[in-house]
Amino acid sequence: MGFAGIAVGAAMAGLRPICEFMTFNFSMQAIDQVINSAAKTYYMSGGLQNVPIVFRGPNGASAGVAAQHSQCFAAWYGHCPGLKVVSPWNAEDAKGLIKSAIRDNNPVVMLENELMYGVAFEFPQEAQSKDFLIPIGKAKIERQGTHITVVAHSRPVGHCVEAAAVLAKEGIECEVINMRTIRPMDIETIEASVMKTNHLVTVEGGWPQFGVGAEICARIMEGPAFNFLDAPAVRVTGTDVPMPYAKILEDNCVPQVKDIIFAIKKTLNI
Amino acid sequence: MMQTVRRMELKADQLYKQKIIRGFCHLCDGQEACCVGMEAGINPTDHLITAYRAHGFTFTRGLSVREILAELTGRRGGCAKGKGGSMHMYAKNFYGGNGIVGAQVPLGAGIALACKYNGKDEVCLTLYGDGAANQGQIFEAYNMAALWKLPCIFICENNRYGMGTSVERAAASTDYYKRGDFIPGMRVDGMDVLCVREATKFAAAHCRAGKGPILMELQTYRYHGHSMSDPGVSYRTREEIQEVRSKSDPIMLLKDRMVNSNLASVEELKEIDVEVRKEIEDAAQFATADPEPPLEELGYHIYSNEPPFEVRGANQWIKFKSIS
Repeated sequence: MGFAGIAVGAAMAGLRPICEFMTFNFSMQAIDQVINSAAKTYYMSGGLQNVPIVFRGPNGASAGVAAQHSQCFAAWYGHCPGLKVVSPWNAEDAKGLIKSAIRDNNPVVMLENELMYGVAFEFPQEAQSKDFLIPIGKAKIERQGTHITVVAHSRPVGHCVEAAAVLAKEGIECEVINMRTIRPMDIETIEASVMKTNHLVTVEGGWPQFGVGAEICARIMEGPAFNFLDAPAVRVTGTDVPMPYAKILEDNCVPQVKDIIFAIKKTLNI
Repeated sequence: MMQTVRRMELKADQLYKQKIIRGFCHLCDGQEACCVGMEAGINPTDHLITAYRAHGFTFTRGLSVREILAELTGRRGGCAKGKGGSMHMYAKNFYGGNGIVGAQVPLGAGIALACKYNGKDEVCLTLYGDGAANQGQIFEAYNMAALWKLPCIFICENNRYGMGTSVERAAASTDYYKRGDFIPGMRVDGMDVLCVREATKFAAAHCRAGKGPILMELQTYRYHGHSMSDPGVSYRTREEIQEVRSKSDPIMLLKDRMVNSNLASVEELKEIDVEVRKEIEDAAQFATADPEPPLEELGYHIYSNEPPFEVRGANQWIKFKSIS
């Protein structure tokens, strides 16, 4: 509350602060400053006062940190007009999105993932530049496919890519979409993909109710892609309990590759 | 200036009772010496942030009565284009108008941090009330401001009541000027505009000298209830209100002083009153006649510096355009 407010105040007075939460679980205490002081201010002031701040930190489940330290806030922050919310998966996402977030004149929440910090990725040439930016509000197709659209954000994108590799051996070609941005959501990329594949599975680490997948499904129903669905859209999510500590329990509370494969096959009626 | 604030607040009271102003309306009549005295003690390049009892500060920080009243009546000529209302008015170096009790205090410390970072010897006046003074985030702000020697003047406007709760019932220590612990504090007569001005000057000099934050408790009083929904007499007596009005009214105190020291005649002061009334009447006219903001602009100002996009309305077919 204290330092989050100080960061927002500094942004209002013209600096470009980055406010880091050790994990987004702690942001719940400071959430008033993120929403009421940062997100809403440009609108409430009739366009007079902008707040160029970045809130960043690890989000979602880690390993063995139990219930109070494992919550995913994508749905919470994604709910609020005035905020931008990004969720990187790999190294180039992390670099491109944080740079775009800092250069953005609006409050941006960057939901990182602790378990991804240590994972190495191939870094393409253009990503080496110090001005490498990934636009906020644009999803990326990580893997082209024709049979089903699989949409995820953050760490689960990796699981989807793995699931797609396994299924490719059985002749099922998955199109894997890395959302990169939660808000404003790039629903157009998802719609175009669904209109091509006719099937949709969403994957996220957060709880199912009122989550990112729920929003994607609602928007698909409201848009042109609905008529192209050959089966209801399906969600793969975190288990609907506070995160337990014991390894066997924790493992069954986050979506695993096998859960994604199962959901894909169910949707395709295989 | 105090007279303008007084008349403006009384006009707002009138407009509210006529239902031309809706929602929240927290008036500061009785507390005029605070906003006017503070402004006299700082520069326009200094910064100020307060809570929701903000109309007086909005005026002293440079906005016109017209823009303020039109914002209260929710019209396009309002300082926030009708989007903010009573609690969300902004001006240059004035950061509102904040609705969440206490949240403005860390914000103020952050503005002070920016002042220090920019190195231009500016200070930030960070206001809060006797109610907010007990909040945890205030103490977090005290700590960081002192630790990093931020040029932040913490100002507690103690009007003796946090909504309907008297200070004796709310605080284990009502010595609000001491609550900063390691931050030096002064208690100031908030009904005497010259006292407020001098104290503010002293505090600003302290901060500009790089000595870190300082705290001021202004002992003041509000004639109205907490807001227009509060008659203000269920937790205090009419006698108490009357006593403050007759003995400590800030405008009366200054007038008496000026007349007794031959700085102004009674007639000159009357002339000021007449001018002020006219200004307020004009402003009220504007605020009632100006049209409401256009519906097409409902979605504007979501993001700053952003290409236009669409905002969803009550159903998927209703869309509003959003431009920055």
